[in-house]
Amino acid sequence: MRKQRLSLFWILLAAVCALYLLFWGLMLVATMAYTSPEAWWEALTSPQIRYATQLSIWTSTAAASLALLLAIPISYLLSRFEFRGRSLVDAALDIPIVLPPMVVGICLIIFFQSKIGRAIEQVIPLTYQVGGVVLAQFTVAAAFAIRSMRGTFDQLSPRPEDVALTLGCSRFGALWRVALPSARRGMVAAFCISWARSLGEFGPILVFAGSTRMKTEVLPTTVWLEMSVGNLESAVAVSMLMIALAVAVLIVVRVSGERL
Amino acid sequence: MIRLHQICWQAPGATFALQDVDLYVPSCTYAVLMGNTGSGKTTLMEILCGLQRPTSGRVEVNGVDVTDREPRHRDIGYLPQDLALFPAMKVAEQIGFAPKVRGKGAEAIREIVEGLADELGIKHLLERRPQNLSGGEKQRVALARALAANPAVLLLDEPLSALDETRRDDVAQLLKTLQRRHSLSVIHVTHSRTEAEALADLRLSLRDGKIVEE
Repeated sequence: MRKQRLSLFWILLAAVCALYLLFWGLMLVATMAYTSPEAWWEALTSPQIRYATQLSIWTSTAAASLALLLAIPISYLLSRFEFRGRSLVDAALDIPIVLPPMVVGICLIIFFQSKIGRAIEQVIPLTYQVGGVVLAQFTVAAAFAIRSMRGTFDQLSPRPEDVALTLGCSRFGALWRVALPSARRGMVAAFCISWARSLGEFGPILVFAGSTRMKTEVLPTTVWLEMSVGNLESAVAVSMLMIALAVAVLIVVRVSGERL
Repeated sequence: MIRLHQICWQAPGATFALQDVDLYVPSCTYAVLMGNTGSGKTTLMEILCGLQRPTSGRVEVNGVDVTDREPRHRDIGYLPQDLALFPAMKVAEQIGFAPKVRGKGAEAIREIVEGLADELGIKHLLERRPQNLSGGEKQRVALARALAANPAVLLLDEPLSALDETRRDDVAQLLKTLQRRHSLSVIHVTHSRTEAEALADLRLSLRDGKIVEE
């Protein structure tokens, strides 16, 4: 990047950036100042919150992994294959991103009351179960993973894959041996985005899996439960934990982007 | 031997087309195909190696109709203009790619890689990645990678265009030597008359969607 001369234009843009960061900084500082170290320690060592933390990490990892597994073939198809209706499919895949989260939860619960849904539940119980937490997280996270991986594949030249086809590869071989190794950074970023989104998911989980303590309670529903019983300090402590996890994810994305 | 018979192709949503293109390149011949920018040279290469489907017509390699065959079953090596080295692989892995995909053992792959690296003077580059190679080095790696597949036909899309003049003569000589040594049929695409005069056993020109022999 070449060195730019400082002008009023750049100063104004920097001021906009600084104001936005200041807004967030003030909110975080106010939140941190609200709770005390003792309240934080009490919250973090409580068995219910430890369970919710472990469940959140486990279910977010499962949901993000499934989201990435789904995102790779879908985004590769959209990026590399021309077909009629592609832009319609592309737009449809964004629907979970724009839907209100509570609506996603309602759709899930209604579907699993249908004939097909009940048949699935016979094999894999989901409604008000831990599996339902994963499904609710996955339903929204997958859309983010698809969008992220689509950007990755769009940026990669298809030429190396074309050459791989002439060197003996099938289409799957070109994806597996050439495209995916080149898309490593994008896959890490898509996983982290999906993981962070899953961690913060609230509406669909509350409606579809419920928030039963020591069963389907995850960190976002813990915050809601603690607030609903007037335990604001505990809610804030859990919120700070979620912020710490989100920052850790951001660091992983940055570091992996530099290393890969 | 390569033959295109009455190949037609229409650019999607555009007026440009290839119309009834006939092409014949005998075995072990270095053919140079010339044409202006946008005349369809790259499209023709892609039709030959199976990356694009013609609207109608036939592609034959050594007498076999390969029109409906996937690129991997056509015995055609392809060097695109940007070389398209695999970003995540070292040079040794690039060269060993085709033998590995075709199921050769580790020892056989090593022999092929070292043999070609020696022939192209790139043995010292085997552990490097594409981002650490010069333009000329990338060219040689791409050639070695294509030759490792043991093709009957080699398609070179403007292989010398990105090189400076001193390198261009060296690589041109190298291409000619490789063609003879490996008994290849080569189609070398260029818009440079100098290259055509220096290299061609057969000079062809693509004009207005048709091929003429010069």
